[in-house]
Amino acid sequence: MPVIEIAGKPVNVNEEGFLTSYDEWNEEIARELAKQIEIEMTDEHWKIIKFLRDDFKTQGETATSRRVQTVGGVPVKEQFVLFPKKPAKKMAYIAGLPKPKGCV
Amino acid sequence: MRKKLIVLGGGTAGTMVVNKLHKKLDSQEWSITIVDKDNKHLYQPGLLLLPFGVYEAGELLKERDHFFPKGIEYIQAEIDKVDADSNTVYLVNGKTLVYDQLVIATGTTPHPDQTMGMDDAEIWRKSVFDFYTLPGAVALKDALNRFEGGRLVVHISEMPIKCPVAPLEFAFLADAYFTQRKMREKVEIVYVTPLEGAFTKPVCSKQLGYMLVERDIKLEPDFVIEHIDSQTKTMVSMDEREIPFDLLVTVPVNMGADFIGRSGLGNDLNYIPVNKENFLSTKYPNIFALGDASDIPASKAGSVAHFAIDMFTENFVEHLAGRPMTHNFDGHANCFIESGDGKGLLIDFNYTVEPLMGMFPLPVVGPFPLLKESRLNHMGKLAFRWIYWNLLLKGRWIPIPALMSMAGKKQATQKEGVGSHASN
Ligand SMILES: Cc1cc2nc3c(=O)[nH]c(=O)nc-3n(C[C@H](O)[C@H](O)[C@H](O)COP(=O)(O)OP(=O)(O)OC[C@H]3O[C@@H](n4cnc5c(N)ncnc54)[C@H](O)[C@@H]3O)c2cc1C
Repeated sequence: MPVIEIAGKPVNVNEEGFLTSYDEWNEEIARELAKQIEIEMTDEHWKIIKFLRDDFKTQGETATSRRVQTVGGVPVKEQFVLFPKKPAKKMAYIAGLPKPKGCV
Repeated sequence: MRKKLIVLGGGTAGTMVVNKLHKKLDSQEWSITIVDKDNKHLYQPGLLLLPFGVYEAGELLKERDHFFPKGIEYIQAEIDKVDADSNTVYLVNGKTLVYDQLVIATGTTPHPDQTMGMDDAEIWRKSVFDFYTLPGAVALKDALNRFEGGRLVVHISEMPIKCPVAPLEFAFLADAYFTQRKMREKVEIVYVTPLEGAFTKPVCSKQLGYMLVERDIKLEPDFVIEHIDSQTKTMVSMDEREIPFDLLVTVPVNMGADFIGRSGLGNDLNYIPVNKENFLSTKYPNIFALGDASDIPASKAGSVAHFAIDMFTENFVEHLAGRPMTHNFDGHANCFIESGDGKGLLIDFNYTVEPLMGMFPLPVVGPFPLLKESRLNHMGKLAFRWIYWNLLLKGRWIPIPALMSMAGKKQATQKEGVGSHASN
């Protein structure tokens, strides 16, 4: 697995560029990751990212869009506005969490 | 007094588990009770082929209690609620059952009401169909028969669904079906998924991506449905993409049983959080969830339940004896995929190893090739119905080990493992 430098800090990532270690993440890195996928972080963005980080700590897995809606309080439609086209994947990417599970 | 084991749900997992545990547990010490709301066991994999005229409804149903071992109690009643703090199950008929150990195997079912407009009377089972239920599959058979051409959309509403490849298989079978009826050029087939592709694991998408192109099936990925406009027969996504349809074959949102939500035992889709290696509830030390009802990150499939229950049986005996459970489940799944024209594919994978190419179950000789179309794999799928009724449900031996084996598989090279970046 590659180690790359983001915001001046070496971090472990997988082949798709997702951080692989929960504790290597910080807000500066998040801002940098967001910039790479052309997202300007606002308070609404941070609210979701912080929810995902906290939720992961207790649940051990990345919250789905549905969970961000029912537990995190941000409707799926709103998630699409904030993180266009692929909200689930983009939110996880910026939050430094594993991509939510798909299937085969 | 004998101790009480209660199993909720007498479908694939519940039936297998009572057959296994009946043999394992001392009947002087334990009584086993299984509860299900009706006495008709449905062979669900048959629902995929029924709309294409392969099976009649009657061929997919058998009496449930026929598959339970003698010496256990069967209660036919609908479950209303579980009060885990007092170890009590409440039935809709007003009766209550008290347990020492509880196994929940009530599966998952489609909920069209979760998507606005989907179950509008004007379109539901008129131009919008599900094949995950028997009435849905039967109605769809008729609709396919009458279909004169236009846009056929095959659609997944939200993950997870049981048997996640079934909708893709449906698209392949529809292509073969209309080709055979010599009207394929009149039918546009579109496959619409909330995932980033038809296949999401690297080796699968590389090996199988051609299957859509070859069949002229159009792909609409990352489509998260917002509502269906029943007037214009159009699906609208969260990011306002629109897909009109003449015939929509959808897999509605799949959810665990309602009583699980009412009992405070489930997550936001009514699946029960468990330890993914031994199926013990994360909240209660005497509740297990097996089959589709749990939240384990494996495919919701009969084959997974089968492998899981092999491990569970051993663990449960250890658990009752107060010993640590040592038979960890690895998420092993093994599925035949129909690709149409009498051919099929076979995939074999687990929590950590993605589906790979190779031969199964033995290296080189197989006889079943992995991740490749073959006639034998299609025969394997048809044979599965016999295996299901005669071996699987009764907990008899099946020539596939419960934990996944790497024998016969080709390791993915570093390159093949490279997926796409989050921004594409
Ligand atoms: C179209 C389709 C194709 C499939 N193809 C395959 C395949 O090729 N290979 C494969 O391995 N798997 C396949 N599957 C998946 C497989 O059928 C399921 O994963 C399997 O049946 C799950 O078993 P289960 O015991 O968890 O749930 P089920 O078998 O669904 O059993 C749940 C039981 O609980 C009962 N129940 C629920 N709620 C209540 C209540 N409140 N009160 C009383 N009883 C209740 C129900 O009546 C039911 O009998 C397919 C499924 C579908 C729909």
